[in-house]
Formats: sequence, structure tokens, C-alpha cells
Amino acid sequence: MSAQSPATGPPADAGVLLLIPAFNEGASIGAVVREARAVLGPIPIVVLDDCSLDNTATEAMNAGAEVLSVPHHLGLGGCVQAGYRLAYQLGFRRVVRIDGDGQMDPRDVPRLLAALESSGCQMVIGSRFVDSDHDHTSFARSLGIRFFRIVLRPILGRPVRDPTSGFVAVNHEAIELFSKSFPLEYPEIEALVVLKRRAFQFVEVSCTFRPRLAGRSSITVARSFYYIVHVLLGVLVNILRFERHRWR
Amino acid sequence: MRVLDVTALLSVALIVRVLYSLRREHIRVEYSVSWLAASLLIFILSLWPGALRWLAGIFGVSTAPSALAAVAMGVFLLVLFRVSMIVSELKDNNIALAQKVAILEYELRGQRKPGPRDFSAGGQAGH
Repeated sequence: MSAQSPATGPPADAGVLLLIPAFNEGASIGAVVREARAVLGPIPIVVLDDCSLDNTATEAMNAGAEVLSVPHHLGLGGCVQAGYRLAYQLGFRRVVRIDGDGQMDPRDVPRLLAALESSGCQMVIGSRFVDSDHDHTSFARSLGIRFFRIVLRPILGRPVRDPTSGFVAVNHEAIELFSKSFPLEYPEIEALVVLKRRAFQFVEVSCTFRPRLAGRSSITVARSFYYIVHVLLGVLVNILRFERHRWR
Repeated sequence: MRVLDVTALLSVALIVRVLYSLRREHIRVEYSVSWLAASLLIFILSLWPGALRWLAGIFGVSTAPSALAAVAMGVFLLVLFRVSMIVSELKDNNIALAQKVAILEYELRGQRKPGPRDFSAGGQAGH
């Protein structure tokens, strides 16, 4: 692993990087970074600014985060992959990804990291549906989650409660994989199939999601149909690329 | 056969347009080839009734112009698909490039001499 640590490199002991992808989250990103800093201490926090039109980058910097700014809008997947590439290049061993809207509680991060350690899996998902079915989730999203639970069950060979969760912790193997191969537009579900391609494992940890601090979900009823078709195609393409399967 | 005269004229117009764009460097040579080949094919079929009737026979179409329309549609669909593939590859390359630029910029910022912002924070670059 190329640990060419410049001034922004990881501290030798921790090796955990917190990634926060954000697009026009100026109203909430400062609070999210400050809360994470207060709860998690001096771990490196990098906000991935997907070319926001508002003051996201400034707010994040003022709150004490580093900012990785992409030169033009890449979409969530492209933006998150830039973060994984950065983590891989800087030699981080573990990455935790949370959203910039404040829905995820940084107090859950140590539990995710502990699960990553104890399970031996490559990825841990902070899931909002592991224990209870009522949470701060829109109707469209919960419908999509139910649909993809059914679709993913036979593909992954195991049940998954919350395949759309953006709250994940990954180890160095998954960091390397995602830095090379990561879905571009709606990454969460397809990322599970990318993991499966390499026969990597994941576990889910129950988390309570809070109402978002500001802004609104990018998933609306109108976009849901396009989302479902897009993700289904992405899943299909990834199945065709399974490394264990050779049909020719 | 007025329809065929029209398609002949249109294909000539397309060839002229592509050549003009080539001269002005609005289109690269490698991407002009498929357009030139497609329009040349349509032009030849428009002026050569024998070949067109033969084609119509293959497709089982009674009127030659319909056969030409079918061929033209197929050819231009292929050209368009090729363009979609090129756009996709460009987009992939562009995203990889954007990510690389972002990371390089991030690392440069980490190595930079302390600026005014850093001085106010106590002279330390980063935190």
C-alpha cells in the first residue's frame, strides 16, 4: 500500500478516515462536522464537495474538516469514489462514510468500526431497519428498500435489511476495490453487488436515523421509477461481471 | 422516383456538411468516417435502382423507397450507438480525471506554505 503521507496524511495509530459526501448541504454540514469532531475526537474528516452551488465547502472548512472539491458535479457515486481513491492513496486502513444532512449519528461510528473488526467482513452497513420498521424514511424510499430487499436476496445469497443506507464502514480491502470500481450515480445498492463480485462480505448494524437537519432527500416519487430501472440495470451488469462466473 | 431524388440530395448535403465541419475542425476525422460512409451508402442506393430493388427483395419490401428508409434508419442507428459508446467512454475518462485533479489539489493544499487562514489558526498548516 502506498502510504505517501503528506501534511494531510493519516496519523500512524488510527488509520480511520471519515468521509462526508455533500452537495448543497451548507445549512447542515457545519453542524455535522462539529458533532462528528466532538464525538469522535481528532480523526481526519474529509468533506467531499460535489461542486456545491452554496457555501458547503466554506462551512465544512470553518467547522474544521478538510475538503476534497471535485472540479465539476460528478454525482454521488463519482464523488464518493474520489474519497475512496484519496483514502487508498493516503494509506488509510478503514473508512467510514456518513451523509452531510445529519441523519446519521456519529455515536454509532465506534459500533460500526467494532463490527468491522470483530466480523472480519470487508464492509459494515449502519442500517435503519434492522430492529424496527418505523423510522424517518419517506414512503418512496421505504418502497424502494422493500423492492430491492427482494431483488438482492438471491443475488447476494443472504438477506439485507437496508441496501440503500449511505452509512458504511469499510476496511482496506473494500477501500482498494471501491477506489477502482464504484458505481457512479446511485451507488449504495450496486456497491453491494460489486462487493459480491469479489466474494467480499458485509454485516449490518442497527442504527437509529434522525430527521435530516436541512434540505430534502434526493429521492422523490417522480425519480423513483428512473432510479429503480437504473439500479436494476447496474445490478445486472455487475452480476455479468462476477469473477467466479465464466460462461464462455 | 421523387423520394429517391430527395434522399440523394439530402445525403449529398450531409456529406458536404461533414466535410465542411472537418475543415473547420468541428468534428474529428475518426468520428467523421462513420457519417461519411453512411451518407455515401444512402447516396449510392438512391441513384442505383438495381441495387435498391435487390435490397428490397432481400427485405421482402415491395417499394424500393421503403427499403431505402429501412436501410438508412439501420445505418444511422448504428452510427448513433457508436456515438453513445464514445460519449460513455469520454464520461468515464472525464470522471477519473476530475477525481485525480481533486486529489492532487487536496495534496497540494496540504503541502502549501501557511497562508493567512493558517496564521490566524496559529501558524499550523492543516490541523
